[in-house]
Amino acid sequence: MEYFLELFLGGMTRGSIYALIALGYTMVYGIIGLINFAHGEIYMIGAFTALITASVLTIFGLNPFAILVLAGLAAVVYSSAYGFTIEKVAYKPLRNAPRLSPLISAIGMSIFLQNYVLLAQTSDFMPFPNLIPEFAFMEPWAHIIGSSEIVILAVTAVAMVLLTLLIKFTRIGKAMRATAQDRKMAMLVGVNINRVISVTFIIGSSLAAIGGLLIASHIGQINFYIGFIAGIKAFTAAVLGGIGSIPGAVLGSFVLGWTESFATGYISSDYEDVFAFSLLVLILIFRPAGILGRSESKKV
Amino acid sequence: MLDLVNIQTYYGNIQALKNISIHIDEGEIVTLIGANGAGKTTTLMSISGIVPPKSGTITFLGEPIHDLNAEQIVARGISQVPEGRHIFPYLTVMENLDMGAFLRTDKRNIRADLEMIFEMFPILSDRRHQEGGTLSGGEQQMLAISRALMARPRLLLLDEPSLGLAPLIIKKIFIIIKEINRTRNTTIFLVEQNANLALHVADRGYVMENGSITMEDTAAALLVNEDVKRSYLGI
Ligand SMILES: Nc1ncnc2c1ncn2[C@@H]1O[C@H](COP(=O)(O)OP(=O)(O)OP(=O)(O)O)[C@@H](O)[C@H]1O
Ligand SMILES: [Mg+2]
Repeated sequence: MEYFLELFLGGMTRGSIYALIALGYTMVYGIIGLINFAHGEIYMIGAFTALITASVLTIFGLNPFAILVLAGLAAVVYSSAYGFTIEKVAYKPLRNAPRLSPLISAIGMSIFLQNYVLLAQTSDFMPFPNLIPEFAFMEPWAHIIGSSEIVILAVTAVAMVLLTLLIKFTRIGKAMRATAQDRKMAMLVGVNINRVISVTFIIGSSLAAIGGLLIASHIGQINFYIGFIAGIKAFTAAVLGGIGSIPGAVLGSFVLGWTESFATGYISSDYEDVFAFSLLVLILIFRPAGILGRSESKKV
Repeated sequence: MLDLVNIQTYYGNIQALKNISIHIDEGEIVTLIGANGAGKTTTLMSISGIVPPKSGTITFLGEPIHDLNAEQIVARGISQVPEGRHIFPYLTVMENLDMGAFLRTDKRNIRADLEMIFEMFPILSDRRHQEGGTLSGGEQQMLAISRALMARPRLLLLDEPSLGLAPLIIKKIFIIIKEINRTRNTTIFLVEQNANLALHVADRGYVMENGSITMEDTAAALLVNEDVKRSYLGI
């Protein structure tokens, strides 16, 4: 039973990180119908920004919690700037081009950013300072869940609640939903589409940056390639849940996290990815639109 | 109030509007009739800034608006009810109406307008928490008109409001259009394929063929014009 609980919470932690990244994929897809392949790199850049900020602040001897918050802020700002700029440079000029063009542009962006970080930071794994101390009160359960996992779960939960409130109740949130449902009509009621798209990229990038910081401090090392793998997993989760659907992305992420965790724990860690992608194939065969996705015909 | 002068609009290389000029006075109901593919929808989209004209000028209340973007044109007081209604399907009726008032900040007047709309269309009040996509065609048309009114437009552009509706609902919608024009002093530019209906509510009308305006007269005169009768009234 304890082992089960450990795997369950471990899967949920993984799922949280996937969710933070998957939301960016699904929101961008919902608004402009593009799979933003460079999104995994945004997450990786967030992790590196956090690493650099944390390293510098550690020299100044700040307390770990303050470093965590400041590194997170730096990662959010820096990744958002990248996300915002990528949209303006690589996608906006292609908005009326055939669907394949922005997709190729996205892949190009992804390769460019990976290599840019590779050149700047080398391919070596860099140690990430441990910013989340073990909580004393968690001592008896330490073998089931660690403090960094608790922080990941808590931060993700808070981020999800804030995002939900933003989408449901704010003016920009309503404009985002309206734009996703009917772009031309949104323009006809006076929504500034360019602003909505930029805000979507900024929100998606911020969430990915938080994911980058959390995973880096959990695992303890990063390199230029982490965005590629996490990106593919998160994208899988978004498709699993139904691309374009926000609750779908979160649900898909948890399902994927649990699948990996239980498959690794009860069967073999060698087959982690096999199970993850088999699940994807199965779901797409039986529910092509994903778990919570709306089928294309209903969308119109 | 609104002046289109020598408007030419293209979709890529295809010219959809060939040098059209239209003039609408404040307080009028003006209709634009024509067959499928004549360019009626394109005319409205050019006015709204969604498909900006390649050449020509559009003046609204004495100021050029053909270089403005869609957002600025709504802010100037032109709202459109597009062909096919375009209700936001997963927003509630209430949220759809809120979107109509997207650019407004005068909270108190928004409330008053909302009450006016619920008085005009009580059914929308009953359905206010229902998703827009679940409404019937007639209800969606009422919602589409109401959403446009939530912007408090000076000029309302209506694209085929009768499309796909039962005769009884059409009658009701047209009574409301007339009422909006009279009681709220909203100028109306009405695109219709149902020429008979349109010419009965309008003051003046334009006839469009293949991207050009071929006739322009008072609605009463067009109703008895032999060419119009033959081509559009089916008499
Ligand atoms: N997005 C588009 N791309 C290319 N051509 C278009 C586009 N929209 C309209 N057209 C063309 O422009 C011309 C005018 O179309 P428009 O929709 O304005 O006609 P309409 O008078 O509104 O017709 P209907 O009564 O069927 O609604 C048509 O020949 C049409 O094929
Ligand atoms: Mg039309």
